[in-house]
Amino acid sequence: MRCHDFPKLELPVFSSAHAHFICKMAAVQGGLVDAVEEKTIKSEPVADATANNSANDARAPSSSPGSGVSPGVNKPAAGAAEDQQTLLAVLQFLRKNNLSESVEILRREAGLPEDSLDQKGGDSTGTGLGGPEADGRTDAGSLLSRVTVSSSAPSKAVAEDQPDVNVVLSAYSQQGDPALYEVYYSGLKKFIETVLDCHRAELSQVFYPLFVHMYLELVYNNHENKAKAFFEKFSGDQECYYQDDLRVLCSLTKKEHMRGNETLLDFRTSKFVLRISRDSYQLLKRHLQERQNNQIWNIIQEHLYIDIFDGMPRSKGQIDAMSGSLAGEAKREANKAKVYYGLLKEPEIELPLDDEDEEAENEEGKPKKKKPKKDNMGSKSKKQDPNAPSQTRIPLPELKDSDKLDKIMNMKEATKRIRLGPDNLPSICFYSFLNAYQGLTAVDLTDDSSLIAGGFADSTVRVWSVTPKKLRKVKSAADLNMIDKESDDVLERIMDEKTASESKILYGHSGPVYGISFSPDRNYLLSSSEDGTIRLWSLQTFTCLVGYKGHNYPVWDTQFSPHGYYFVSGGHDRVARLWATDHYQPLRMFSGHLADITCTRFHPNSNYVVTGSSDRTIRLWDVLNGNCVRIFTGHKGPIHALAFSPNGKFLASGATDGRVLLWDIGHGLMVGELKGHTDTIYSLRFSRDSEILASGSMDNTVRLWDATKAFDLETDDFTAATGHIHLQDNSQELLLGSYMTKSTPVIHLHFTRRNLLLAAGGYNP
Amino acid sequence: MHTSLMADREERRFAEVSRESIKLMAESAGVELGDDVAGLLAEDVCYRLREATQSSSQFMRHAKRRKLTVEDFNRALRWSNVEAICGYGAQDALPFRSVKDGELYFVEDREINLVELALATNIPKGCAETMVRVNVSYLDGKGNLEPQGTVPSAVQSLSDDLLKYYQQITRAILGEDPHLMKVALLDLQSNSKIAALLPYFVYVISGVKSVSHDLEQLNRLLHMVKSLVQNPYLYLGSYVRSLVSSVMYCILEPLAASINPLNDHWTLRDYAALLLSHIFWTHGDLVSGLYHQILLSLQKVLSDPVRPLCSHYGAVVGLHALGWKAVERVLFPHLPAYWANLQAVLDDYSVSNAQVKADGHKVYGAILVAVERLLKMKALSLSQPVEGGSSAQVGSTMGSTGYRVSSPGLSPPPEPLTEAALGIASHLQAGGSGCPWEEWTPVPLPAMYSELYSFFGDSLAVRFSTGPGKGNYAPCNPSQVSNSRKEPSGATSNPDTTRKMPQLTANLNISPRQDGSPRMDPSVARASSVQRSRSSSSRSGQRSTGLSRDVFPKARFTPPQTGPPVFSFLIGGRQMGRRCQGRRPFQTTFAPSASLPIPPRAYTHKLPVIGRVGKPVRRWTCSHYSLHLPL
Repeated sequence: MRCHDFPKLELPVFSSAHAHFICKMAAVQGGLVDAVEEKTIKSEPVADATANNSANDARAPSSSPGSGVSPGVNKPAAGAAEDQQTLLAVLQFLRKNNLSESVEILRREAGLPEDSLDQKGGDSTGTGLGGPEADGRTDAGSLLSRVTVSSSAPSKAVAEDQPDVNVVLSAYSQQGDPALYEVYYSGLKKFIETVLDCHRAELSQVFYPLFVHMYLELVYNNHENKAKAFFEKFSGDQECYYQDDLRVLCSLTKKEHMRGNETLLDFRTSKFVLRISRDSYQLLKRHLQERQNNQIWNIIQEHLYIDIFDGMPRSKGQIDAMSGSLAGEAKREANKAKVYYGLLKEPEIELPLDDEDEEAENEEGKPKKKKPKKDNMGSKSKKQDPNAPSQTRIPLPELKDSDKLDKIMNMKEATKRIRLGPDNLPSICFYSFLNAYQGLTAVDLTDDSSLIAGGFADSTVRVWSVTPKKLRKVKSAADLNMIDKESDDVLERIMDEKTASESKILYGHSGPVYGISFSPDRNYLLSSSEDGTIRLWSLQTFTCLVGYKGHNYPVWDTQFSPHGYYFVSGGHDRVARLWATDHYQPLRMFSGHLADITCTRFHPNSNYVVTGSSDRTIRLWDVLNGNCVRIFTGHKGPIHALAFSPNGKFLASGATDGRVLLWDIGHGLMVGELKGHTDTIYSLRFSRDSEILASGSMDNTVRLWDATKAFDLETDDFTAATGHIHLQDNSQELLLGSYMTKSTPVIHLHFTRRNLLLAAGGYNP
Repeated sequence: MHTSLMADREERRFAEVSRESIKLMAESAGVELGDDVAGLLAEDVCYRLREATQSSSQFMRHAKRRKLTVEDFNRALRWSNVEAICGYGAQDALPFRSVKDGELYFVEDREINLVELALATNIPKGCAETMVRVNVSYLDGKGNLEPQGTVPSAVQSLSDDLLKYYQQITRAILGEDPHLMKVALLDLQSNSKIAALLPYFVYVISGVKSVSHDLEQLNRLLHMVKSLVQNPYLYLGSYVRSLVSSVMYCILEPLAASINPLNDHWTLRDYAALLLSHIFWTHGDLVSGLYHQILLSLQKVLSDPVRPLCSHYGAVVGLHALGWKAVERVLFPHLPAYWANLQAVLDDYSVSNAQVKADGHKVYGAILVAVERLLKMKALSLSQPVEGGSSAQVGSTMGSTGYRVSSPGLSPPPEPLTEAALGIASHLQAGGSGCPWEEWTPVPLPAMYSELYSFFGDSLAVRFSTGPGKGNYAPCNPSQVSNSRKEPSGATSNPDTTRKMPQLTANLNISPRQDGSPRMDPSVARASSVQRSRSSSSRSGQRSTGLSRDVFPKARFTPPQTGPPVFSFLIGGRQMGRRCQGRRPFQTTFAPSASLPIPPRAYTHKLPVIGRVGKPVRRWTCSHYSLHLPL
């Protein structure tokens, strides 16, 4: 394939990935240590993030160091495990029957420490990993449970999660009288309701995480009825955008259910992040200390991360705009890294003279004008954008002749491009997939709009030519030997005329195809499927070339890099992977999301990838070092659409909540909110010159937004520094048009090189 | 399952599997369960179900669907290592039933005879192939949120103002308010900015076929045609063909409205015929061969005995409206064949035949009027070269040049001449009608008259004799008649004149514009070079009348009465000047003369023809007036 094109690429990329991986594993253990020692409220962000990732990293197929993590911890306690387990079971039984004296006696005689069952006394402020015995107990328990549970455990990978779950869950052991939970919570509620207005909104953020953790503690300690009552009483107070999580939570009433519940796992493995001003925080702290309310204080210290900032407390609107994700807001530090969002310098393409003659045949009289224009473009791109990464930051494939030709075509088309604006809206063409009884799940169009591909729920991928030019296969090897390789039209001769047809079907997947992407040179097609594989198809032979296995779970999305060669994928296993077409193993694994990765996109300069997730956050990852450089929160539902603006500066995201959010990548800020859609947004696309943002949704509409106006705002230093945005609701002003389809959800949008908007979807009569 | 969960959430938060159900299921599997165990199991089952539903919903979201399917649920089960449930993959909803006694619910699961299914002959067809179709949904971002179907979809690309205008106009014309309609029609006639809307109006007019039961609507649509045709700023182009076919429909089709004898569809046909002649006089040059196509279709109808009489009537009226040449070439040769059929209808005095007979009389009358004019015009055409030949020639050349100027870019006369000549022959061969077109030679006037006289007898004579009596409207007629009938020398002189003017006759035959009445043609052409308006043409009609008065100064028969003729002139001359001359005045003048004690046999025989004069005419003039007040 292309490997011989880029032999030198392989080594540096792969080795750096490996080094990174090992480095990460080290950080995992470091993170755990940090967590133990952590006494203060602030913690090291990086270490914390990687600690959260430990579960995910452990799943990595190639991670031999990773698999050593849990056994290493388990070993010392393994011998005594069985005896202790029996004793603990007896103890638990006694306690359950309120035979507290017997408990005391047995414990004294067995020589068990005080906190072995209680897990933690009131004084312990650690995360519960303190004593080796305690650690051993929980792990032993998990080993036991694994014997019984493993039959129902989804796979080995999840089974390996079990220790972590238990480590986390153990933090929930009894701390106080369950009857008092309601009193504590309503006491705090009363306090927050009486504080000054300016602090109330900020302090109210504490409610939800506190509520969840208290509920889980009750469940964990088998106070089922109390937990239900607690839920009944206070679930109504929570913000409406937590409804989905609350629904999951309320179905969970038994300790047994807590194991293997992914949502819960998410909640536990990460600290809920709150941003609170110093004044408000002091207020809360003083109140809790006055009341001797250790219960709540402990929860706050253990399970919340409070990001304290100096300055004015934020308003309710500001808070609402940023909250909603599974694990609270992003820490401010998480968005401080420098992002090279500028575009790469366009390679200068010299037009050979004979080429120009060819063009002259196609379009009479054009080449004379073209020449000076191209020079202009060349000189413009010579100036290096200060925000652009260096040209060689990520090794990119060299341009082939055909790529150069395509670039030339692109430039020519660009000169005929229509300038769009509020007064000059694009025409919209709709590609309807008729008779798509197999369930259309994904659509992609090539950049030059010549091919359209659909992924279907019946595991097929279908490719159509939307130009009169039919799709042809390359001749068989035997026939290829016959042709004259020296002839000028050899490229034409290798095609088998007999196979010409309007569409081709690609068979290979064994589950619905959820994501597809054309390579920029139109030679390949990627498809990701429920069967856990990503397949690379050749559009010359219409056969499958490679099946990339790595995600062991459904792969929700995949996309080629704008420069080809690399591609990114993400799926149910919460890890996004960066691949190169000539490597069967991923080059990078981006872990950090707390729930499924639902969509993945490449930055126009190929140096970054962005992922959207069911945890309602968006993360931007650096391809070079695998770091997460941006975390955007604010969506209230799983994110299903992402789009970079062509200049690389901005990002638009759409979610099931029907809102489009706009982000400034450089500053790491939310810069706009577009409300209007009434259902999940499945596609977003900027026009070629970034003037218009088009959004397509399940509600059968395409909407056009004035992107120029939306991004035309001054970001002052204060906002940039604190990240406290204040958005005015101007969706109606920005909405330029809303266009109905005939009962066809819009699942893909594409601007042609001349700025004609193409939309696609399956007709559902 | 999912939906039921969602629906129940409000009340119960989640559907639950009861302890009893668990026990029952255990029993059916042969296991006895205690209450505690069953309760615990029930709770756990509920939780697992909820969990599976939760995770299945993400398969739904990624498949970009709103509906959770069994397949989604099965996928969730499979990924959590639980066996998938089988047998629920069908797309159709499964009926969920209950047993009356006892609270038992079940899904109906009919037994299927596999043998029958396998050997079934009606093998289900495969699904249609999946395909991608593209359509331009919104041009330049213009579109509306209103559901499709209110207006023709293409109208959406028009500017808002035009769209509004279109809606207002169609609403006004097809609406109830006659005043509004008048205004709308007037505007349609004079608005210079509606060129873009022409296709839509033509489209609306083509809706005649769907309102054939409603004379009023048909009438309104015809008025719309007229306004469009008269609008000097509109270039109709090939839309003429569509308009003509709509009008032809009104002329020829046995409209649903004609089933009821009380409906006056005759007037509609008259008006449509008039309109047809108007369209084709003023715009006939836009589509080559149109004239012959029209003639052919008229002839087809006429020669088809299966068609109802009202269609025949339409054909005759249409031919009449197209000019005497058309009558001469289509109707006259066909008359002997047709006459036999008509006579049979008219001679049947049975009660059941009364209605058909009445219709037959209308056709009879229409033919009579047509052939009369034919005779008159033919006589005139023969006499003109003799005395007013030079002037007519000048007039015709002037007319043709003027017409060329008035409509630039149209096909010049010489071209259609040859083309049309070919067209005639081909039409005839294709049509296969008995009418001898190809060997058509002008029948000399005397022969023609004697033949017609053999059909119509005295009624024809009466027409000729009484016609000049009303010399006010057509003073030329008597002299013509006298030429042809009383002075056989006219017949002898005729061959000379025809021989003298071969080019002229050929020209008159072919070029549609000049084929009408030679008397009218020059003046009409002259007038139309500026603007085709009613007043100018009627004025020219008078002028030409004056001309012929000079040619034939002496009336052979003195008018028996002077009173009624004045009346007839007022209506016929003024209002109907441009329409079928001769017929209308004849009818109007007949009413008073009917009271006279002159009862010729043929005369009473044709009474029904005449009988329809009264009411419809008044109504017609009324409606006409309401539309075009400023004459």
